[in-house]
Amino acid sequence: MSGRVLVGVKRVIDYAVKIRVKPDNSGVVTDGVKHSMNPFCEIAVEEAVKLKEKKLIKEVVAVSCGPQQAQETIRTALAMGADRGIHVQVTGKDYETLGPLQVSKILAALAKKEDAQLIILGKQAIDDDCNQTGQMTAALLDWPQGTFASEVSMEGDKLKVVREIDGGLEMIKINTPAVVSADLRLNTPRYATLPNIMKAKKKKIANVNPADLGVDLTSRVEILRVDEPPQRQAGVKVETVDDLVGKLKDTGRI
Amino acid sequence: MLPASRYSTKAHRCLRALKTAQTEHVSPQLYTTLHRRACSSVSTPRITTHYTIHPREKDPRWEGIEMERFADEADVVIVGGGPAGLSAAIRLKQLANEQEKELRVCLVEKASQIGAHTLSGACLEPSSLNELIPDWKERGAPLNTPVTEDVFSILTEKYRIPVPILPGLPMVNHGNYIVRLGNFVRWLGEQAEELGVELYPGYAASEVLFHEDGSVKGVATNDVGIAKDGSPKDVFERGMELHAKVTIFGEGCHGHLAKQLYKHFNLRENCEPQTYAIGLKEVWMIDEKKWRPGRVEHSVGWPLNRNTYGGSFLYHLNEGEPLVALGLVVGLDYTNPYLSPFREFQRWKHHPFVAPTLEGGHRIAYGARALNEGGLQSIPKLTFPGGLLIGCSPGFMNVPKIKGTHTAMKSGMLAAETIFAKVTAEDVESETAGLHVPEYAEALKSSWVWKELHAVRNIRPSFHNYFGLYGGMIYTGIFYWIFRGKEPWTLKHCGLDAHQLKPAKDCTPIEYPKPDGKISFDLLSSVALSGTNHEGDQPPHLTLKDDSVPVNRNLAVFDGPEQRFCPAGVYEYVPLESGDGMRLQINAQNCVHCKTCDIKDPSQNINWVVPEGGGGPAYNGM
Repeated sequence: MSGRVLVGVKRVIDYAVKIRVKPDNSGVVTDGVKHSMNPFCEIAVEEAVKLKEKKLIKEVVAVSCGPQQAQETIRTALAMGADRGIHVQVTGKDYETLGPLQVSKILAALAKKEDAQLIILGKQAIDDDCNQTGQMTAALLDWPQGTFASEVSMEGDKLKVVREIDGGLEMIKINTPAVVSADLRLNTPRYATLPNIMKAKKKKIANVNPADLGVDLTSRVEILRVDEPPQRQAGVKVETVDDLVGKLKDTGRI
Repeated sequence: MLPASRYSTKAHRCLRALKTAQTEHVSPQLYTTLHRRACSSVSTPRITTHYTIHPREKDPRWEGIEMERFADEADVVIVGGGPAGLSAAIRLKQLANEQEKELRVCLVEKASQIGAHTLSGACLEPSSLNELIPDWKERGAPLNTPVTEDVFSILTEKYRIPVPILPGLPMVNHGNYIVRLGNFVRWLGEQAEELGVELYPGYAASEVLFHEDGSVKGVATNDVGIAKDGSPKDVFERGMELHAKVTIFGEGCHGHLAKQLYKHFNLRENCEPQTYAIGLKEVWMIDEKKWRPGRVEHSVGWPLNRNTYGGSFLYHLNEGEPLVALGLVVGLDYTNPYLSPFREFQRWKHHPFVAPTLEGGHRIAYGARALNEGGLQSIPKLTFPGGLLIGCSPGFMNVPKIKGTHTAMKSGMLAAETIFAKVTAEDVESETAGLHVPEYAEALKSSWVWKELHAVRNIRPSFHNYFGLYGGMIYTGIFYWIFRGKEPWTLKHCGLDAHQLKPAKDCTPIEYPKPDGKISFDLLSSVALSGTNHEGDQPPHLTLKDDSVPVNRNLAVFDGPEQRFCPAGVYEYVPLESGDGMRLQINAQNCVHCKTCDIKDPSQNINWVVPEGGGGPAYNGM
């Protein structure tokens, strides 16, 4: 067992920023907009670092796919306690169409290359809300998956995961190697403090090309158009039930 | 940490509250008895929990918490990543590379990225940039819009009186560039990093450190992980200490560390108090047919009355998209507590000269910041053992030109040039452990910055006459345009802006029109556009020296002016749960770091301190 954990971190537009659609409706404005690490990815990094502090695993490797700026996100993960980083360089058109299928192929290839014992990801990214990468990665590797994890513990070479499901909480035991995706209540991420940011500058970030991993980045999805949600229309107040029925009939609802 | 960006701001706060409840960090309602001077018997709910007001040494919740800080040494530490701080950093590294000397320059900035807290009109005079980086064009500096048209007007409620811009008047903009200052600052940050400056955005300098001999040793960054009620959380960690031979403070207008330094070293004993204005700004994407790239419009007059200093700006940018930057500046020496600078700005946009430009367009950004108006008379002592002040922090803005960036940059460059020899010398003779560099102040006094500020020193104070705006314009016409500011006298300001407010009973409330949602907007949707946010579970960084003063004095005498002058809706007077009486609610998460409350609070009870680094607005090219 290598005792190595791969953590995927994604650079997304900060959750507090007001999104603006590009005038040509091809996407969302990202130039100069404040970006930060996906909140669920922060939780994933925290969990990996906690496992290392408990001495249950030996090394935490932070992985991010994207252009040059993805390195900032990896540095934050390094400052939180990851040991080294891997920056998978994806730029231009490839980056615009990068989605869960491509990322999971990349992560699967890296997991094999790095002989990872565990992959921890955030359950979903706040920009696309796909919630697919963890599941796809597990399928590609034919590994068990513990998604929506609100508690993770290691018992020998098995993983006990408490999952948040619609009906409540589900506890499962899965073999390792496995993929875990972090949900909100898994932990409270620590701050990346300045001394750790300074130390993180000395930690290594390897640059990798998707082609070197044998991954084809072509997207199966074509984005036709991006629009803002329709403006909410003002409601109309009616005085009596008859008025209400009348209005509903007028608009063809009944 | 929250999921899904699709939720509205309200839902975010809701979820945050729920998460807080789950992790048991709900702050108990702490009641304190009223200040002895007041005669009411009602107790005031505790508002302020920050450790600068309630020290942690005496707080039982902090017993046993590790308070040691990690420390690091640099040659120079710069507080603030604005035009001044970055110019100083760049100049220092340029000199170090030229003379092949090692120099460690560290810059800390409270915004999460360089440029995110920068807001300005702005018409940049490239003089300082030409000196600092002569090949700025090849390096891709975002100066894309040379000024092509310059228009000045006096507005009345319905009409516009054009004023010819004669050459020699301060507002001539020939040769200047309309810039998005945030983008320019970001570009300066990239230049600085290339030269080897260590930039640390997202880390706020929260404390000045002193040697035993009283000189400045450096700064400490903010602690993280303190809960809203002032107790330590599990993730609590101390900030870091950055020690330097010289610490340069470039916090911008009304910096909070500068405020402490003025008191500590008595830097303001021979100058007038600084006077300020608030600038509110929006960026709009307009109809292409209305777009006239390179056009600069300024106005004075309506909606402000002749005794309230202020004016508007509207600049057409030329960066590919039909963008305009527009805003209103209101002098903070206004007397009517019912005045709301935000609502004046919203109603100005409806003027028949302004509205047509905006019709058919939509707003993409909003923000606000205080700016200096004191000029030469308000410049404090600039140096002290271990440090010095640069940029808008001491205040080098040329008020009639409404430009302060070029002087701020020059002050940063002069600071770098004068301290360079001392910080790189092998053995420096110094009385104090922190180096004192009075040569900086002398260099500034013999530079063009001082000449420029001297020539315009009387223009702003000349507005304090019966005819207000018109008297000031006549004075400018005679003494600046004709006599070039050479008159032998220097007019005084009127004292602190905070003391200019008249009691509410002596003033008439102003009827502002309702926002129409197309050209004018309400406050909360504007604040959302600034992208501002703070970690919710931290002590409010708008601290009150005395929690009882807002209701007892500000509300009682001035009808709570902070609910009107705050451009972000931080201050609200809400009824007490018990039914009788009001309390002040501080929505610290909304703060856009403009500093207006610290300046204009008539009781000078509000003390703005820096929140956890990374919090605050997320301006993009403002």
